[in-house]
Amino acid sequence: MACIEARGLRKAYSTTIALDGVDLRVEEGRILGLIGPNGAGKTTALHAILGLTPYQGELRVLGRDPWAERDQLMRDVCFIADVAVLPRWIRVSQALDYFAGVHPRFDRAKAEGFLAKTTIRRGSRVRELSKGMVTQLHLALVMAIDARLLVLDEPTLGLDILYRKQFYDSLLNDYFDRNRTIVVATHQVEEIQHVLTDLMFIDRGRIVFECSMEELESRYLEVTVHPEKIAVARALKPMHERQAIGRSILLFDLMTLDKVGGQQLAAFGDVRTPGIADLFVAVMGNQSVVAQGVITQSVINHVS
Amino acid sequence: MSTQSNAMSESFQAQSAPPAIIPVTRVLYWSVRRELWEYRSIYVAPLAVAAVALFAFCLSSFLGIWEAPLRLNQAHAQAPFDMAAGLMMLTGIVVSVFYCLDALHGERRDRSILFWKSMPVSDATTVLAKASIPLVILPLLIVAIALAMHWIMLLVSSAVVLASGGSVATLWANSSFLRTSWLLLYHVLTSHALWPAPVYCWLLLVSGWSRRAPFLWAALPVIAIGGVEQIVFHTWHFAILVGGRLIGATPHVASTSPDMFPTDPMTHFMPGSFLSSPGLWIGLAIAAVFLAAAVRLRRYREPI
Repeated sequence: MACIEARGLRKAYSTTIALDGVDLRVEEGRILGLIGPNGAGKTTALHAILGLTPYQGELRVLGRDPWAERDQLMRDVCFIADVAVLPRWIRVSQALDYFAGVHPRFDRAKAEGFLAKTTIRRGSRVRELSKGMVTQLHLALVMAIDARLLVLDEPTLGLDILYRKQFYDSLLNDYFDRNRTIVVATHQVEEIQHVLTDLMFIDRGRIVFECSMEELESRYLEVTVHPEKIAVARALKPMHERQAIGRSILLFDLMTLDKVGGQQLAAFGDVRTPGIADLFVAVMGNQSVVAQGVITQSVINHVS
Repeated sequence: MSTQSNAMSESFQAQSAPPAIIPVTRVLYWSVRRELWEYRSIYVAPLAVAAVALFAFCLSSFLGIWEAPLRLNQAHAQAPFDMAAGLMMLTGIVVSVFYCLDALHGERRDRSILFWKSMPVSDATTVLAKASIPLVILPLLIVAIALAMHWIMLLVSSAVVLASGGSVATLWANSSFLRTSWLLLYHVLTSHALWPAPVYCWLLLVSGWSRRAPFLWAALPVIAIGGVEQIVFHTWHFAILVGGRLIGATPHVASTSPDMFPTDPMTHFMPGSFLSSPGLWIGLAIAAVFLAAAVRLRRYREPI
């Protein structure tokens, strides 16, 4: 059974369309990165999955209808919105009491263990903690819940690089296993490249690109082209071209190249796997390229 | 009806994952605890008022030692006790009004609703827990504090009477304590919990609905309807109706003359006539409608 399954998910606010027919399938045991510009519909999609907002279309999360069964669903789903949602008046000890009181899958000893690794004191109120500590606290509470799906919406917004790295490290080391699924929406793509198993770009309420990280590595190549080879390289129709320190960096989708073309790439210059950020810019940057990407993607989906 | 469907899906859940059930009563208990953590004024305000009143009473009693004859043994021996009880009731009304106006507004304003909704607690449980504060918790607390005040005042009076050479026995014989305690409990539960229920539930509803200034939105319709009535019919029925509900001006509760305090020992209980008065049941029905609307609103409302 898929952890999340959506078909034709639509959500319109009075003036804007937040989700415009999203089809989505997330299998158990994956870590999906949902990446898109501001206002792309990331948060709306996550809120629909969490049963926080009504929607049109079909959506099942862990076999349940989230809008109709939010409270039951939340026994198996955890959610960290961003650092600002923990109530500012709550004490650390009260948060522990409350979780132990209402959450059937909360393991208090585990949470205390995570907190022991931090400098957070039990008697502190959330408003007295720094942003990084609030995130640590929320993560400690959430990781002590034996949930099947964890949804993160910009969980590290406004944190410095140390806290951001620490956040994803503890998620991977202390929490994630094959029975759990994580969906994370974020702008800060650099830190999560090594964390994700799947990648999805969303723009204007539509999913414009999706692939697994293995696919990303085997299918897309970035070549720093020698100046004298640039004309030949451009003839192979790269997805995207950018300039860096006087060199042209071309991003290729190997699916659009024939075998010969693919073998040629190494001769143009240094070849490497593109970062998520570069791929994102390539997919989002050029509208015609976006359309093309959607077409090739739908062809691939159709064939497979 | 929602509890039934809850119970059904809970039993379904029980088959697949045994430990994942927490009884509704326990969730309700922790939801009420959270309200007391967040709104400490619920108990701090009555305690503070009680402390100030007791201080004033002690002061006047000890000053009274040098005044003869001692006022406490006069016909108005009951007056300071009534004053204490009345002060507590007034505090209860003020705290209830401010609590209700913020209860469903504050969590949206500080975005913590996203956190509360990530817990396996239904909207109905949350709203019921919030409604229980003005309808159950505060009335009981008010009675408890008022009774404690009465005891302290009696002890202080006894000390004063002893010091001024009077008879403590006369004092104790004059104060019909047990009877007034029951009368106080009866009066507060009927006139300050059941009777104003529609007003408090209306405030909760507006608190869940308004984006800002819930007090304004709660008061405006009352003022508008009252104003229209006054202009068209030259009467004040609506304003008197709402105001009477709020301050607990209950007919049928007991046989008291207008100048008697509700806890006067000569008061006669009339629970039968209260429970059979249509006004009570119409009020409770309206309160239930407001609460149901508040539950529905909380489901749809997002952070402001």
